[in-house]
Amino acid sequence: MTALSIVSKLQQSLGAFGQTSLAHQLIVCELEVPQFLAAVETLKNTFAFDVFLDVTAVDWPNDALRFEVVHHFYSSTNKIRVRLKCRVPEAAPVVPTLRPLYGSAGYMERECHDMYGILFDGNDDLRAILLYEGFVGHPLRKDYPKQLEQPLVPYRF
Amino acid sequence: MYGKPLPVLPATKHEKTGAFEFITTRKDELAGWARKFSLFPYPFVTACCAMEFMAVSASAYDTDRFGAALPRFSPRQADLLMIVGTVTQKQAPILLKVYEQMCEPKWVMAFGVCATSGGFYQNYASLPGIDKIIPVDIYIPGCPPRPEMVIDGIMRLQETIANGKHLIVNDKF
Repeated sequence: MTALSIVSKLQQSLGAFGQTSLAHQLIVCELEVPQFLAAVETLKNTFAFDVFLDVTAVDWPNDALRFEVVHHFYSSTNKIRVRLKCRVPEAAPVVPTLRPLYGSAGYMERECHDMYGILFDGNDDLRAILLYEGFVGHPLRKDYPKQLEQPLVPYRF
Repeated sequence: MYGKPLPVLPATKHEKTGAFEFITTRKDELAGWARKFSLFPYPFVTACCAMEFMAVSASAYDTDRFGAALPRFSPRQADLLMIVGTVTQKQAPILLKVYEQMCEPKWVMAFGVCATSGGFYQNYASLPGIDKIIPVDIYIPGCPPRPEMVIDGIMRLQETIANGKHLIVNDKF
């Protein structure tokens, strides 16, 4: 398979899960949460996406589905990248965990939970990784006050 | 030069002239003078200011000229705590513990603008200046400070030490 035919096949099969597009020569697929796990399994098993690059989120405070959870994957055999986006509501910001598929996902899911409060269904170890115990709130959410400090050591003045 | 016999003065002919036989000083001043040239820094290095710390310690600027070159990597052996870089809220308890482990007399230097006031960080993560948690003797702003500024800071700190009160001086000494 040439690189081009892989890309078109990939786009075709991702099209079954959600809407695909190209952004800066990167395949982007916007999908619903129920299709998410099946799409990742297809990426891993059929197209050899063996590297879990990162997971982060985007906060759209005025939207009904407030958070957009963004995953990136890389295939070291085919040398291509893919971005998956799924929208979740504020009331239940839940996406399935990818820990069974990618060992490194655990750390990045913890970070995403720290910063945005996204819950990863199946990941029972969402302890703070960059923040500290006792930190209230999620600092990268748009409604977190920009200058709110939560000091661990009481200030002298 | 080699082979030339050095003049050896017989002990009997050496006479005391009186010059530099004794000096008068205040006890406080003596202790301050001794202490200001034997600063043992503990570098609490957290961020990019470390590069400037290395530059100021290396031969071109050479803090050894001020007796402040030998870093001790245990706070118990140090008397100058140099906070070089940004201190985060998560790091603050560690900094406080390091400060409390140091024996008196101790001085604290805020190296760079982040340690001084938080610099351009004003958010959930970083401490807005280390003086929020520990007392600071000398602030060196700059992002990062020029080595000349650090040297100026060390000299001003030496001045403070030389003019300060030293608790070692009491009625028994």
